[in-house]
Amino acid sequence: MSSSGGDAIRPRVRIQDGSASRPVPAAQRNDNGGTRRAAVFDIRDMSVHYGENRALDWTTLRIDRNLVTAVIGPSGCGKSTFIRSLNRMNDSIPGFRIGGQVLYHGHDLYARQTNRVEVRRRIGMVFQKPNPFPKSIYDNVAWAPRNLGMKSGLDERVERALRHAAIWDEVKDRLRASALSLSGGQQQRLCIARSIAVEPDVLLLDEPASALDPVATAAIEDLMHNLKHRYTIVIVTHNMQQAARVADRTAFFSLDERDRTGTLVEYGDTDTIFTNPADPRTRDYVTGRFG
Amino acid sequence: MTSTAPSPELQPGAYDPTSPLVASGNLRRREAVSRAISGLATASSLVAVAALVIVTVAVVRHGAGALSLSFLVKDPPQFGGPGGGIASAIVGTSLIVAMAAIIATPVGVLCALYLVEFSAPGSRPARAMRLALDLMQGLPTVVVGLFIFGLVVKPAQAESGFAGSLALAIIMLPLIARSSQEVLLTVPRGLRDGTDALGVDRWRAIMTVILPTALGGILTGTILAVARAAGETAPLLLIDGAFTPGTTVQLFGHAVPNIPVLIFTAVESADPSAFARAWGAALVLLALILIANVGARVLLARSRARMGL
Amino acid sequence: MSVRASLNPRAAARGRVAMEGSLGDRILRGLCIAAGLLAGGTLLAVAYQVISGARLSISTFGLPFLVHSAWAPNLGHFGAAVMLYGTAVSSAIALLISTPVAIAIAIYLSMLAPRAVRIVVGPLVEMLAAIPSVILGLWGIIVLAPFMQRHVEPALHGVLGFIPIFGPAQTTGLGVFTAGVILTVMVVPIIASLSRDLFLSVPRELTDAAESVGATRWEVIRGVVLPTTVSGVSAAIMLGLGRALGEAIAVASVIGAGNVVHVSTFETGNSLAARIALDFAYIVSNLHTASLFYLALILLVFGLLTNLIARQIASRYDVHRTFA
Repeated sequence: MSSSGGDAIRPRVRIQDGSASRPVPAAQRNDNGGTRRAAVFDIRDMSVHYGENRALDWTTLRIDRNLVTAVIGPSGCGKSTFIRSLNRMNDSIPGFRIGGQVLYHGHDLYARQTNRVEVRRRIGMVFQKPNPFPKSIYDNVAWAPRNLGMKSGLDERVERALRHAAIWDEVKDRLRASALSLSGGQQQRLCIARSIAVEPDVLLLDEPASALDPVATAAIEDLMHNLKHRYTIVIVTHNMQQAARVADRTAFFSLDERDRTGTLVEYGDTDTIFTNPADPRTRDYVTGRFG
Repeated sequence: MTSTAPSPELQPGAYDPTSPLVASGNLRRREAVSRAISGLATASSLVAVAALVIVTVAVVRHGAGALSLSFLVKDPPQFGGPGGGIASAIVGTSLIVAMAAIIATPVGVLCALYLVEFSAPGSRPARAMRLALDLMQGLPTVVVGLFIFGLVVKPAQAESGFAGSLALAIIMLPLIARSSQEVLLTVPRGLRDGTDALGVDRWRAIMTVILPTALGGILTGTILAVARAAGETAPLLLIDGAFTPGTTVQLFGHAVPNIPVLIFTAVESADPSAFARAWGAALVLLALILIANVGARVLLARSRARMGL
Repeated sequence: MSVRASLNPRAAARGRVAMEGSLGDRILRGLCIAAGLLAGGTLLAVAYQVISGARLSISTFGLPFLVHSAWAPNLGHFGAAVMLYGTAVSSAIALLISTPVAIAIAIYLSMLAPRAVRIVVGPLVEMLAAIPSVILGLWGIIVLAPFMQRHVEPALHGVLGFIPIFGPAQTTGLGVFTAGVILTVMVVPIIASLSRDLFLSVPRELTDAAESVGATRWEVIRGVVLPTTVSGVSAAIMLGLGRALGEAIAVASVIGAGNVVHVSTFETGNSLAARIALDFAYIVSNLHTASLFYLALILLVFGLLTNLIARQIASRYDVHRTFA
């Protein structure tokens, strides 16, 4: 399926849109930390363009099963672009063009025969700003399972999702109330419940706590430890401490000063990234010298 | 739900994440439904466009035969019969509509100015004005015709082109007010703040900066309202219908020939040449209206692009 | 807030109140207020004129005017029943057909069409509304009515003839059903363009959320877009109804100027607005005039009501649109 470990020096390769490649700085390291796990995403030389603007540079990494992988970096470095490309949520953005390969369990996510709806069924997403449907709490969680034909045992499914999102106790007596009557932090946990109700394979979280207060943020972070036993989690965060708290692996993206393109700088075990990073840019960022 | 799930097809929603990324479970059926609905939506749009094309083509087919230069510059024969043209009706409609625009445009722009510049959006006077304009827009045009009949024609004991202009002005006013309001709202806030900071009087700022910026949009709105008014038949039928063919520029106290009534009455008449002239008139009217519409849209798109919207 | 403005949330009101000001300011403000008073005064004047014009007929017939079906000007018999029936049925036909069609068009224009198609088809649909009613009436008589009589009405009668409203086809295609079809052509663009704007205004976050749980496009529309916009679309339908109720010329051309209420919609009939337009050149008495004004009064009430209801629905739509 995928090659093992990482490459210390990335070889010259051509990306799919035909533009020339360039060699990567030697400091990039792809470290899978030793234990052999199944890869969920195998991303090779991925790049993203919006029209003429190159948002993301060639990015290569492997995201492994049942781990929490954090994506950190300064604003504008392409973190959101990266994660949204993992479930094809960028497709509707005008001018969006992807190069390289994104393999999900070995299947090309952007192949012509790939069914986008099926992709999203398996790879769910929670967004930065809580976006519950203007429906009842119950219907928010039950909507997608109903679409999928999961009619029987719906009540149990809803309860299970709300429990795993650590919000069951707060809403169990008012499931028919509108979701909009909840606080921001509760709405976000409801959105998490909504996503896990269909039991996806992967859960992508795009700065899920950035719009929330510290208490709500802590609640979301606690969830990660439990959720990762069932799902593979990728979480974008601009909060380094959050990454250090919840993530098993961390990917550090940064902006290339020359052409304002986001690029993956370093990827490895969270401990390594934060205590002994290989790349000076990583060290500068995690010690707060910039960004 | 990982690869240890048994027989994925048994439970709804069950799936094997490592399987190829093609529709699993009930997705095939759901996507078929989605495609069917998309097909219906596309078909409906095609039907709408087809309706426009069908009507336009029919008007062109029936009316093209009557078109000629003399058609546009001559009057209908005095005692009916073939030949002649609709010159007086063209002149008449132009005059009536122009007069209506002269009445309606300043009032409409002033109303829009009030709503945007001189009142807070939720305030009572603003809401009252908005209500009045909305209700005016919802008036059936035949009722507007009766109104002017009672107000002007009956006391004067005479139909007149001017009465027609009054009725058309009532129809145009809410349209011009709304489109002007929308245009004024798009004038960048910076312009207002800038002139305020310079200590310029509000009225001066409006006359010299804001209105000129909005002029293109206001003009577009007026053109569209004029196009709408030019085709209005019901009011004119009631208050400007009894005209004798013959070019006249006397709007006051005098019924003026106009295209919509000419078309409508020809439909009732037994004279086939009148009918043919009506189709020709319909072609002229439709062409002018569609050109005005397309032109207004193009103007609007250009002015919006210039304002950076 | 106007119906259109509250249906279009992008039109954020940013007016500034100028309370103080120089003489020039006060003059301009005064002019604006005068314009507003003129508009309001005109409305009141319309109501006054219509009521006073109808006075003779109201005092002669009273409320039973609404249920009398005889309309014989020379005999002094006047009653609105035939017109009420024709107005109601033709408008109902128009709304029944145009609502799903217009919503489908709006779905296409807002969510399905590629951008190049959208910028062409959108304006084309709107231009359908620009066709003057007199031209539609002319086309209706010459083209549509024969087509209805030869093909559509026999087909409908053949399939659905057991329902009394689909009687046998008559000699001409002029009738209530044809009037309903013409009204459909006029009403569809109104509902379609308003609905399209509404669908485009659904926040991206909501459709993103629906897509992210693996919903098909139709499920996104059904689950998020339509429920969020239901009030606005209802208001748009109300506006379309108002248009249909008030249309005089196109209906007068094709409804056949009948004098009797028939159950079958393929028979001739009349409508409130059409009757006014058709009779006005042949008025025989003051009572005749007053009765036409009486019809106009009914029409005015309908027009105002639909407008007010539409505004009411649209304003509640704003309130429901709160979310995180």
